[in-house]
Amino acid sequence: MTGTDLTALSAPVGGEPSAGGGLWRTLGQTFTANRLAVLGVGLIVGIALFCFLGPLVYHTDQVYTNLAAASLPPSAAHPLGTDHLGYDELGRLMAGGQSSLEVGLAAAVMASAVGVLWGALAGYVGGVLDTVMMRIVDVVLSIPVLFMLLFIATIIPPTLGTMIAIIALFAWLIPARLVRGEVLSLRSREYVQAVRVMGGGGGRIVLRHLIPNAIGVIVVQATFAVADSILIFAVLSYLGFGLSAPAASWGEMLSSGTAYLYDGYWWQIYPPGVAILLIVLAFNFVGDALRDALDVRLRQR
Amino acid sequence: MTGYLLRRTGQSFMVLLGVSVIVFALTHLLPGGPARAILGLRATPAAIAAFNHAHGYDKPLYLQYVSYLSSLVRGDLGFSYTQNQSVAALLAQDVPKSAYLSLLALAVAIIVGLPLGIAQAVRRNTVLDYTVTTGAFLGYSMPIFWLGLLLITWFAVDLSVLPPEAPQTATLGGALADPAGMVLPVAALAIVSIASFSRFMRSAAIENLAQDYIRTARAKGLPERVILLRHLLRNAMLPIITLIGLSIPALVAGNLVVEQVFNYPGVGLLFFNSALRRDYPVEIALTLLGSALVVLGNLVADLAYGLADPRVRLA
Repeated sequence: MTGTDLTALSAPVGGEPSAGGGLWRTLGQTFTANRLAVLGVGLIVGIALFCFLGPLVYHTDQVYTNLAAASLPPSAAHPLGTDHLGYDELGRLMAGGQSSLEVGLAAAVMASAVGVLWGALAGYVGGVLDTVMMRIVDVVLSIPVLFMLLFIATIIPPTLGTMIAIIALFAWLIPARLVRGEVLSLRSREYVQAVRVMGGGGGRIVLRHLIPNAIGVIVVQATFAVADSILIFAVLSYLGFGLSAPAASWGEMLSSGTAYLYDGYWWQIYPPGVAILLIVLAFNFVGDALRDALDVRLRQR
Repeated sequence: MTGYLLRRTGQSFMVLLGVSVIVFALTHLLPGGPARAILGLRATPAAIAAFNHAHGYDKPLYLQYVSYLSSLVRGDLGFSYTQNQSVAALLAQDVPKSAYLSLLALAVAIIVGLPLGIAQAVRRNTVLDYTVTTGAFLGYSMPIFWLGLLLITWFAVDLSVLPPEAPQTATLGGALADPAGMVLPVAALAIVSIASFSRFMRSAAIENLAQDYIRTARAKGLPERVILLRHLLRNAMLPIITLIGLSIPALVAGNLVVEQVFNYPGVGLLFFNSALRRDYPVEIALTLLGSALVVLGNLVADLAYGLADPRVRLA
């Protein structure tokens, strides 16, 4: 160690170390040290590339059916065989993955945005408004999601947009609860009082100070929400309440494969199921790792 | 305690009331409506008006809600248009079968999941721990319907040791008489819960193993087996009722999917079929029933937490 370190100790050369940089560095270190997290990110990137860039390389017709080529086993022409309508399974897997990822990500982002604003407002304002807003969350949270989604899905014509909206409709509640809790504990901190003393309004405090400080909780929750939304979308599609043909989804692929369980068409049962499992697993890995990295109590270890 | 109990129960009723408002509003505000669903697309406006008048759908929404609520209080759950039966009769037929399936799965999940979690905690960071952890991760990332399909493929199609379908019966007695048919549906429903139960038990047991009473027991020279069974298990069991209460939403949803996959004639399949046919009275009643179960689960979880652990003071 040299003498420069001593001066650095007495007066940091670069000024006060910024809290944000430290947080991100710790986050990055904890994250890369977690092998499952790296695996998770790798899986997500891999699956996204497969679904969105794959069709550019591997051209298949996913609109017109070809009954002459229905339920063919895997071959050179169709590496994963074909389904009961003659669609190429590998190409369908890519197309179905696109809808799964789009629905999962969009529903999670939408739900998180609504939940964060709802929770932050309730927590910051408090009083009667808080009580009313959180009781609404309690009520909607006690309705079994799947029942409600089937219910609504029978009434609203299924498109990518409506699928995202109805899944998000029941996914914003948990983030709202979490963010409210965070905001309740943050709003009495000194820096919030400082902003208020300096004349900062409620909107500024919530948007610029409270929400950014609750970002850890929000990001962790949103990651799990992606996994949950993908699973819910798969269930809806499997039960026949998903997108209309010829749109593809992994759940719908499994649903049509179900009719041929006794025919041994394994290529219609395994690939879509494995795909759902892997993408959900990947988001759960990343969510777990983020929680470990952001949780202050765990960092003490 | 009594005060807390009353207040908490009152809260649960308010939540259920809120659920009924939301469910009711959804069915009646959305386009189409029951008249279209029952009479079909070619029904004349006059026929629809007559249907709406006969069933009171032409009255203001809040009046419809009040009359719905008052008949609900009298135990009248409505009438299924498509099955030409009262909803209560349908429930009386199907609820016992679903309860049988769910309780069986819950029992299996507890019997398998809890010892698994304790074993993991005792043998932490061993091959056993990692294997079960991996299994648990797979278990709760796996769509339950795919798990069901795999079980059917392996045990019914490839090995042909078990029937691919749940018992096809109108009564609970029929389901009880066919244990082989219940194996796969129960397994599918239980595996997902085992995953979460073992995770929960693992962390509860790890927490307890670090406590003073375990060290005292060890210092007394008690054999490890006695420590685990008498001391650790009993204390780690405290949160189990809470766990069961909180696992009800997953169980209710899983029930619906498993019943559809295995064609088991319970409440889940009833809801699925009613959703396809837009049989609103059945859908509303079942959604309310499901919500009531969830609310009850939360209530039990809260109360059990306070009862089982004297350190938690409820006021």
